[in-house]
Amino acid sequence: MTDSSTNASSNNAPENRSGIEIRHLYKIFGPNSERYVDAVQKGMSKDELNDKHNHVLGLQDINLELPPGQISVIMGLSGSGKSTLIRHINGLIMPTAGEILYNGRDVMKMTPDELREFRRHETAMVFQKFALLPHRTVLENTRYGLDIQGIATSKSNPIARKWIDRVGLSGYEDYYPNQLSGGMQQRVGLARALTNDADILLMDEAFSALDPLIRMDMQKVLLDLQAELKKTIVFITHDLDEALRLGDTIAILRDGAVEQVGTGQEIVLRPANDYIAEFVREVNRGRVIRAATVATPLPEGDVALPKLRVKGTTTLELAARKLADKDVRNATVLGKDGRPMGVIDMHTMLTAMVTPAEVDDGDDDLDEEDAA
Amino acid sequence: MAASCWGLPELLCEFPALSDKSLRLMRLGIDNGFRDIVRHYSDQIDAATRPLQWFLNTLENAFTNTPWFIVLAIILGVVWLASRSIKIVIGSAIGMCLIGVFGLWEDTMTTLAMVAVATLIAIALGLPIGILAARSDRFQSVLSPVLDVMQTMPSFVYLIPVVVIFGIGKVPGVIAVVIYAVPPMIRLTNLGIRLVDKEVIEAADAFGASSRQKLWGVQLPLSLPTIMAGVNQTIMMALAMVVVASMVGVGGLGKNVLQAINNQFFTIGFLNGFALVAIAIIFDRASQAFGKRLQKHSEVGHD
Repeated sequence: MTDSSTNASSNNAPENRSGIEIRHLYKIFGPNSERYVDAVQKGMSKDELNDKHNHVLGLQDINLELPPGQISVIMGLSGSGKSTLIRHINGLIMPTAGEILYNGRDVMKMTPDELREFRRHETAMVFQKFALLPHRTVLENTRYGLDIQGIATSKSNPIARKWIDRVGLSGYEDYYPNQLSGGMQQRVGLARALTNDADILLMDEAFSALDPLIRMDMQKVLLDLQAELKKTIVFITHDLDEALRLGDTIAILRDGAVEQVGTGQEIVLRPANDYIAEFVREVNRGRVIRAATVATPLPEGDVALPKLRVKGTTTLELAARKLADKDVRNATVLGKDGRPMGVIDMHTMLTAMVTPAEVDDGDDDLDEEDAA
Repeated sequence: MAASCWGLPELLCEFPALSDKSLRLMRLGIDNGFRDIVRHYSDQIDAATRPLQWFLNTLENAFTNTPWFIVLAIILGVVWLASRSIKIVIGSAIGMCLIGVFGLWEDTMTTLAMVAVATLIAIALGLPIGILAARSDRFQSVLSPVLDVMQTMPSFVYLIPVVVIFGIGKVPGVIAVVIYAVPPMIRLTNLGIRLVDKEVIEAADAFGASSRQKLWGVQLPLSLPTIMAGVNQTIMMALAMVVVASMVGVGGLGKNVLQAINNQFFTIGFLNGFALVAIAIIFDRASQAFGKRLQKHSEVGHD
C-alpha cells in the first residue's frame, strides 16, 4: 500500500515542484505568546497554559509534508486548530515558533512586501463563507486577484471568463454575488482562486456551508479540475467522508496536534488511536477500501483464475456489486500494469467492509447463536 | 453661611473651593493671555482665514446674484442627478417655490451657501479623520473624548473663543458650524469601516491586497452606506446650527429666526423655521436616495 501511494505521487508531480513543508510549528494565542514557547516545547499542557497563564495553545509541534500536485486534507473538529493551520501557510496568521517552507523559503521570515508577492503569485484561497466582494460582479470578483496584481482588465477579463466557464457559471458574469445561490457563490470563489493561477490552493472548509447534494457536486468539480491542473491543494474539512473522497493524504488534527497522517485507507484500516477509531466507525468502508488492498496473492502454480476481473483501484462496494451482478463468488484483481495481482472473494470483501468496532460491541445474540 | 451643617467643621460643611480672589486671578490670567495671543497673531489668523472668507463670499454671491429660475433649475438638476426620482424632484420644486413666494428666497440662498461650505469642509475633515480612527485603536481612544466634548459642549460656549479669535462674521460662523457638524461624519466613517465583514477583508489579504488597495477597493465601498448616513447627519446638524451661528453675525434664515425670537414675531419665526425644514428635507431625501443608488448590488436579492 505504501508502494502504491508513492507511485501515485511520483506520477502526479513533476520533480522540480516544491511541496509545502511544515516543521515544528507552534501557535500560542495571547499577549505574551513568545514567553511560553519554551515551556510548551518542554511539555506544558494546553490546559495548564490556559488555566495558569491565560494563553491558548492553538497548534503544537505540527510536522507535515504536503506533497506537490496533490490534495492534502487536514481534518479535525471545530477547535482542533485546522483553520488556524491553513492560515499559517499564506501568513494570514504568523506562527509563534516553527517553519513553513515552500521552495526553500520560510513564509514566517518573509518581509511584508515579500509576503504580499507570495500571496499574489503563489497562493490562492477559497473560504468557507465564500467571502466574495459584494459590490463586485461575478466577473469582477473572479478577476480580483489579477486586479490586485495590477493587470489590465483587457488581459484579465478573458482569463476570468475562461474560469467562470470552467466552473459552470457562463452567463452569470454580470450578476452580483447576492443574486446567486450558495453553491453558485462558491463556484465564484473557486473561479476567483483559479484565475490567480497560483500553485498552492488553500481551501478552508470550502464546501462545508453547502447543501449535501451541492457539496458532492462541488467535490466532483474540484476533483475534475485537479485531475487536469495538478495544483498543490490544502483542503480543510470537518467531514471525514469529504476527507476520504478528496484527500490523497489526510492529516487528522485534534486539540492543535496531529493525531495521524496517512491515506484514507490507512486511516480507516489502521486508526492510530481510539479517538480516530471512533471517528472512522461510521465511515462507509466499502467506498474507501480498494480491491487491491484486501486481495489475496495469486495462488501458486497453474491454477485457473476467476473469469471476472476488477481493477485494483476499484472500491469494495463497486467490486461487490460487480460480483453480485455476475453471480460469482470471486474475481481476479488487476494491478497497475493491467496484469493479475491477486484474487478477491465475497467473504473477504464483506469482512473488510464491516466495521470491526460494531462487531465487537453489538449483536450479542448473534454471537450466542453462533456459539450454540 | 455654614449655618445648617449639623455643627460640622467648615471644611466638611462646604466644599473647599478655591478662594474668590484666586479664581478671579485665574480667569483674568487665562482670558487676557488668550486675548493677547490672538492680538499678537491677528495678522496671521486673518491671512489663514482669507481663503475661507473668499470661498464663502463667492459662493454666497453666486447663489444670491444668479437669477432665481437658474438657481432653481440647478438645484432641481442636482436633486435629479442624485436621486433619479421624479417624486423627490417635484417635492423639492414645491418646497423651493413656497420659500420664494413667502419672500425668503435671498435669505435661503445665503443659508444654502453657508451650509454647503460647512458641509464640504466637514466631509473633507471628517472622512480622513474617520479613516485614521478606523485604522488605529489608539487614535480612536484619543479621538473619542474629543468628539464627546464637541457634541455635548453647548454650542454657545465654543462660540466665545471662536469670536475672540476670528471676530464677528461668516468665517467664525462656518467654523462653529463645522465643529458642531463634523463628529457624526467622523464617527460614522470610523464605524462603517470597522463594520466591514472581517472575512471579506481576510480574502483581500489572502489575495495580497496592499492596505491602500484594501481601503479603496474594499473598505470604503463597503462602508459607503454608513458613510452616506454620516454625510446626511452632517448636513442636518449644519442646518440646525446655522440659527445659533447667526448670533455671531451669519446672515440668512437664522438671522431672521433670531430677530423673531427677540421681538416675538411668531409668524416670521415659523416661516423661516419651515424654510429651514424644507431645505433639510430636500437635502436629506436627495442624499439618502444617492446613497441607496450607490448600493445597487445590495438591493437585488436572489430568489
